[in-house]
Amino acid sequence: MSPLPDGTDPVDSAPAESAMESAPADSTAPADLTASGNLRRRAAISRVVDASATASALLAVAVLGVLVFGVVKQGASSLSFDFLTENPPQFGGPGGGIASAIVGTVLIVTLAAMMAVPIGVLAALYLTEFAGRRSGFARVLKMALDLMQGLPTVVVGLFVFGLLVAGHGNSGFAGSVALAIVMLPLIARSSQEVLLLVPHSLREAAEALGVSRWRTVVGVILPAALSGIVTGSILAIARAAGETAPLLFVDSLYTPGVQLNLFGHAVPNIPVMIFTLSEGADPSGVARAWGAALVLLAVILAANIGARVLLARSRRRTMG
Amino acid sequence: MCALAGALAVLTLVEVAYQLITGASLSVSRFGPAFLVHTGWKPNFGVFGAGTVLYGTAVTALMAMTLATPLGIAIALYLSMLAPRGIRAVVGPLVEMLAAIPSVILGLWGVIVLAPFVQQHVEPGLHRVFGFIPIFGEPQTTGLSLFTAGLILTIMVVPIVASLSRDLFLTVPRDLKEGAEALGATRWEVIRGVVLPTTASGVAAATVLGLGRALGEAIAVAQVIGDGNVIHASLFAPGATLASRIALDFQFVVSKLHTASLFYLAVILLVIGLVTNLIAQAIAGRFDVQRGLVR
Repeated sequence: MSPLPDGTDPVDSAPAESAMESAPADSTAPADLTASGNLRRRAAISRVVDASATASALLAVAVLGVLVFGVVKQGASSLSFDFLTENPPQFGGPGGGIASAIVGTVLIVTLAAMMAVPIGVLAALYLTEFAGRRSGFARVLKMALDLMQGLPTVVVGLFVFGLLVAGHGNSGFAGSVALAIVMLPLIARSSQEVLLLVPHSLREAAEALGVSRWRTVVGVILPAALSGIVTGSILAIARAAGETAPLLFVDSLYTPGVQLNLFGHAVPNIPVMIFTLSEGADPSGVARAWGAALVLLAVILAANIGARVLLARSRRRTMG
Repeated sequence: MCALAGALAVLTLVEVAYQLITGASLSVSRFGPAFLVHTGWKPNFGVFGAGTVLYGTAVTALMAMTLATPLGIAIALYLSMLAPRGIRAVVGPLVEMLAAIPSVILGLWGVIVLAPFVQQHVEPGLHRVFGFIPIFGEPQTTGLSLFTAGLILTIMVVPIVASLSRDLFLTVPRDLKEGAEALGATRWEVIRGVVLPTTASGVAAATVLGLGRALGEAIAVAQVIGDGNVIHASLFAPGATLASRIALDFQFVVSKLHTASLFYLAVILLVIGLVTNLIAQAIAGRFDVQRGLVR
């Protein structure tokens, strides 16, 4: 098969540019413009590739559909007002709801966000606004954030276990710390991306007016990047809200009742509840797990869609 | 203050490594590097080795990457070159949405819907046709197997490879693509001759990042892999991975040595996580692939 009309195989002569350059060299040869069988075969191969790429995309969307449909179908039957407002029964078995887990997850994730969002945004500000171009520490920080993002979440869970739980016992606070570690690199990364998009002319204008660096950041740069930072934070929070592994070792030995205090004892939460129920054999427990999964999935997907809409709108505004 | 926040982030990472290594010290001094190849795991008898879980980790990740890499790249090609604008704006976010599904929900679906389906329909079929290859052995009764775990990991990795590669394909200069088209190249020839070669290093990095995810996933794998303790040639037998073993054993530890051995597994996992990340950064070259992961 000759992929290009000049007969050179651009894959074997690796860089694309050189393949393009070699084309005019043959231009002295008279072009044969009649359709050969070869051309038909090349077109056929291309159509096969088109079709399989389309099929792959369809498959991915279908898997998403099957998954969401499965959760909705299985979860809908256990969903009710009582399911959302009552606590799980003390000793397992049917009945009751997941109210305490909902409250717990909201509290744990909120505290985690309160830790991760400021640190993440400040770290991003440091990287984009304050660090010198050749700052060694900036490079170390960037590397650390990347590596942190690549940490398996179960490793984060064991780390927080060793740091806060061993010798002290489970606590909702330890769970928040673990989720904050998951969120931090995501927030820092996405904030950095947005901050880099703030036009340089804004910074220069502020500098020309004699505004100090800090006042520029607070008064000019942060407002310009705000919607992007909010979007990134929402996505990171949504990601962390569904994480189980970081909580499994540090916040799983809870009692079924509502806990409003995150310190000193474990706090019920949705992901760990789904995990333990799915590992057990109790059918009513599995039904509760599906209901909880539906609630969690609905919130996370809604947050994702909301963040995307927000992002698209702010992009349209900045680009005019 | 900003530098302080940065220092805190760096410090956290150092502290992670320190905590894990101290936690593992008892097991490290007892077993040493032989831990990596020893295949026994009998907590009640004080026998620990990472051989079985390393095998399970490698096999499930390999299976996931074999399926997810071509699928992900094909989806990326569809999204960047084939799909009409309107469809692209819908399908792209949907694929990314697949990555947003929490692993515990994927695992719940895996254990209740996917595993029985795989056990009844997929495994017997594969065994009938390819049974002469040892990896397609006799199906078990539950469907909780390395194979099911590999499928779940595939679902997790495909959106990563797809969205990262799509971003890369969109960076290919239009001149190059149109130049090839003007020379009479078909769409496949443009892909093979221009799009893939110009983005190859980035796509490879994206794949390595996906691999890192597959190697480190704990929860969904723990739910569907069946927690087996023996190495089987067959994919249809239960097994365990580094992360799934930690997730499943940690709540029921029987001795200090058991805890330390689980920390040892976590140290291995940490090293794997760091190394895959560094490799991805090294081969990505001029592409900044990781930025795509935050969406």
